[in-house]
Amino acid sequence: MAELKFDKEDLNEIEKIKAKYPTNKAATLQVLWVAQRKFGNVKPEVQELVAETLDLPHSHVHGVASFYTQYYKEETGKFVLDVCTCLSCQLCGAYDIVDYIEDQLGIKLGETTDDGMFTLQEVECLGACGYAPMMQITNGVYVNNLDKEKVDNVLNDLKNGKMPAYEQMQLPQHESTTE
Amino acid sequence: MAQDWKDYEPVLLPNIPDIHKIDVYMENGGYETIKNVLESDEWTPEKVTNEVKAANLKGRGGAGFNAGLKWSFMPEPDGGPRYLAANGDESEPGTFKDRKIFEYNPHQFIEGALIASYAMTIDVVHVYIRGEYKSWIDMFQKAVDDAYEKGFLGKNIFGSGHSVDMYVTSGAGAYICGEETGMMESLEGKRGYPRTKPPFPAQKGLWGRPTTINNIETLTNVPLIIKNGSDWFKNIGPDDHPGPILYGISGHVNKPGVYELPSGMPIKTLIEEVADGIRGGKKFKALIPGGASTPVLRADMCEGVTMNADSLREAGTLMGTAGMVVMDEDTDMVEVLWRITHFFHHESCGQCTPCREGTGWLEKLLLKIREGRGEVKDLDLLLDLTTQMEGRTICALADAAAWPVRNTINRFRDEFEQRCKKTAHALA
Repeated sequence: MAELKFDKEDLNEIEKIKAKYPTNKAATLQVLWVAQRKFGNVKPEVQELVAETLDLPHSHVHGVASFYTQYYKEETGKFVLDVCTCLSCQLCGAYDIVDYIEDQLGIKLGETTDDGMFTLQEVECLGACGYAPMMQITNGVYVNNLDKEKVDNVLNDLKNGKMPAYEQMQLPQHESTTE
Repeated sequence: MAQDWKDYEPVLLPNIPDIHKIDVYMENGGYETIKNVLESDEWTPEKVTNEVKAANLKGRGGAGFNAGLKWSFMPEPDGGPRYLAANGDESEPGTFKDRKIFEYNPHQFIEGALIASYAMTIDVVHVYIRGEYKSWIDMFQKAVDDAYEKGFLGKNIFGSGHSVDMYVTSGAGAYICGEETGMMESLEGKRGYPRTKPPFPAQKGLWGRPTTINNIETLTNVPLIIKNGSDWFKNIGPDDHPGPILYGISGHVNKPGVYELPSGMPIKTLIEEVADGIRGGKKFKALIPGGASTPVLRADMCEGVTMNADSLREAGTLMGTAGMVVMDEDTDMVEVLWRITHFFHHESCGQCTPCREGTGWLEKLLLKIREGRGEVKDLDLLLDLTTQMEGRTICALADAAAWPVRNTINRFRDEFEQRCKKTAHALA
């Protein structure tokens, strides 16, 4: 973890965020995002930094950080695998995908591999219902239409430090007319 | 209409390559409508609002309230700030349509938000997008930056004296922030706890000021209504719920995806033809028509039903977000309902006791039944719980959790009873 300090660039970004809203408080979520991208999580000491930077009570920032699921309140693996198991993904075999990833990584949901590479989580609907089952990697890219082979490829790529590319999910009506 | 759905030409997500780029959007008449509205004396703010009201544009976020009517609730300007908050938090399971607008046609949404701002004398638009949509937030921010660069956002648009700033805010993982007052709390940098109404957002919204909240798809319809007229819009689909609809079809179909078609499409056509039928040649068993909270329909209940408010209400369900979740004959309704209750329990914000505790009990009881420990009397306990949750909370999350429980059990009672212990039946 980098030194617990925002650098000049971060502070410039934070000023831009603050300018969008009439209160400093309104910037809380966005500055927590800035912090999480920089430090990898928003542990209590990071929350404190956010509170000091925005001149807000620590309790407020803690209240916000603990309410929203995407903020990591503790250290995670290098990559966080958020597998959606909600409704449409459930119907399309998401729990089989969870079982498979658990087997491949030797961990259960909520755990991190010993090498610190992967954290595996189950998440609620990610809004990719037509491309189920799917997962999101570390609050970033969506990987759609998962099967075992695709999971293998993604895990291998990540082990080699390669983040899967953004997959454009075509609109079916657009495809049909471009034939 | 059912026959010629293939001939329908999308207008929300038009089949024009690169229309997401501002130059391509402009080559195709983009930003002409707002320009015309701002430059002509004919288009007063009242006339714009009345045209949208006359079009009977129903909100596409799930509640289906007349958008123009909502706009008309804004009080007279008093010189202080007024806000438009565009709701891009879509998180209702089965719903994945608004992200398509951010990706494929962001400028039509921006133009719609500009027209809405003019109609309500608003100078700040906050666009709230769920945090998981990082990829789409970045795409949309690019569109906003481009619109600023061309002068379509910012000060004195088209020299009209009308100024609008648009800011993008990322959520951070909370379904409740799709509830309009929860979203306002989140925009104010707080936990997404819904507010009691009244006061309604038009009176006291963001930072205590008049605010209107509209869904992304709703606002994307607005330029079309102003350009082509409310009569044009009303001629698309049935009278009670007109206009184009982004149907998100998922689950056990061959061709899932987001399809833009007229409102009022027959359910059968959507499943069998548009989405190319059930996977693996299986039989169709059940449909959740508009996101996880809308009551499930058995296949036999879908006969002759069309996707518009009246037809769906008659069939015993709701239009919701038109996020259609299709289930085949092998689907275990106990598993489905347990997973839905898990979702609502997880997403309850915890403010109101009937919801915080009630969603937990719904999940616990369904878990018990799912694991074979349930008794028939648990089904009646579940039904009783739903009546103790519904209408007793600040927001509609408790209702949204209660409806699927009541309707799935009532409509698949045999299947649930089969999973419960027989001995208990005598005790019940």
